Amino acid sequence: MKVVLRTPQKETRQLEGPLTVAEMLKELGIDPEGVIVARGSDLLTPDARLDDADEVEVIQAISGGAK
Amino acid sequence: MKCSVCGAPAQVEVRRRNRAFCAEHYREWFVRETRRNIKRHRMIRPQDRLLAAVSGGKDSLVLWSVLSQLGYEAVGLHIQLGIGDYSRRALETTRVFAAAHGLELIVVDVRESFGLTIPELARATGRAACSGCGLSKRYLMNRVAEDEGFNVVATGHNLDDEAATLLGNVSHWQLDALVRQGPMLAERPGLARRIKPLYTFTEREVAAYAFLAGISYQHEECLHAEGAKSLLYKELLNRLETRMPGTKQVFLDQYLKKVQPALRDHSGEAEVELRRCERCGSVTTGAVCAHCKLWDRAYARAKKRHLLPPEAGFDPQPKLHFLTRAEP
Repeated sequence: MKVVLRTPQKETRQLEGPLTVAEMLKELGIDPEGVIVARGSDLLTPDARLDDADEVEVIQAISGGAK
Repeated sequence: MKCSVCGAPAQVEVRRRNRAFCAEHYREWFVRETRRNIKRHRMIRPQDRLLAAVSGGKDSLVLWSVLSQLGYEAVGLHIQLGIGDYSRRALETTRVFAAAHGLELIVVDVRESFGLTIPELARATGRAACSGCGLSKRYLMNRVAEDEGFNVVATGHNLDDEAATLLGNVSHWQLDALVRQGPMLAERPGLARRIKPLYTFTEREVAAYAFLAGISYQHEECLHAEGAKSLLYKELLNRLETRMPGTKQVFLDQYLKKVQPALRDHSGEAEVELRRCERCGSVTTGAVCAHCKLWDRAYARAKKRHLLPPEAGFDPQPKLHFLTRAEP
């Protein structure tokens, strides 16, 4: 599967499916609490299954600095 | 995972509440919770005039959008910091959002108003950019509110921001800051009420709302935020949250409920007396406010380094640009 990371720099990774979203994030070493995961216009919960043909985006949620 | 409301496939899990939602019910839940936060703390009252601080990031644009959906007329305030393309893109994102949603926007450019950008201010004072940036933002929010007749300033602070601030204040036992921290700072003469209607949502939940509501926001991080302590605190809290869902919420809620009242009772200090700054007329505790002191110091040092002409003098009056609803 193709994984586009926006954390926040854009980077693309290829992973072998099938995997759940939780397993994918673990494999990428990403804390699930700091990101949202999208497939097209849908967001995915940690138990959602991903296959080789899928393309997903991992979008960073946390930001820092003076607000 | 199924939506707790309708049983359709869920798109967002809110583990700390043991719930999951489809897109439609997540958006409904988010707006309902925001309304509940506003009511619980009486953040907004009839006749209030509301100014929303909007940076172009997810939190402030989500806040502005939800306030508007709840029927509150909030005018946006965007502060141009002068941090290169990052700031230019932030303004563009904010302008596009305001135009698309028919919202009024006030823009203040720090360099146009005060003569230096935030990075130039940092170089001139020798202080970290985030320090001068935070002070200038707080000053401008209150100054614009007072000058333009707004009595409430809403900001997009979320649960992660608040929990990270609390952790920072606790780890250094900053008692003054601990006593003041909260979802609402009361209005005082010359000081607008400060409200944080999104303070119960995690950053992930705000990002999820922005995505599902189709809100286009600036993803890019300010280059000065790299290495910021707030990010470290957030990462540490997220590690705890992943292992123990609800940690951030309990940390903040229980502090506000159990510890802060005791701290206030025992602080032994009466409310600090406020006066007007001799330089700019804004409310402050000393003769000259921290903002004027910072900029006077920056001017003195910038002139020594020939960054400003010798005749330049700091004028604390911000220059405002009003973008009306019709102006794209």
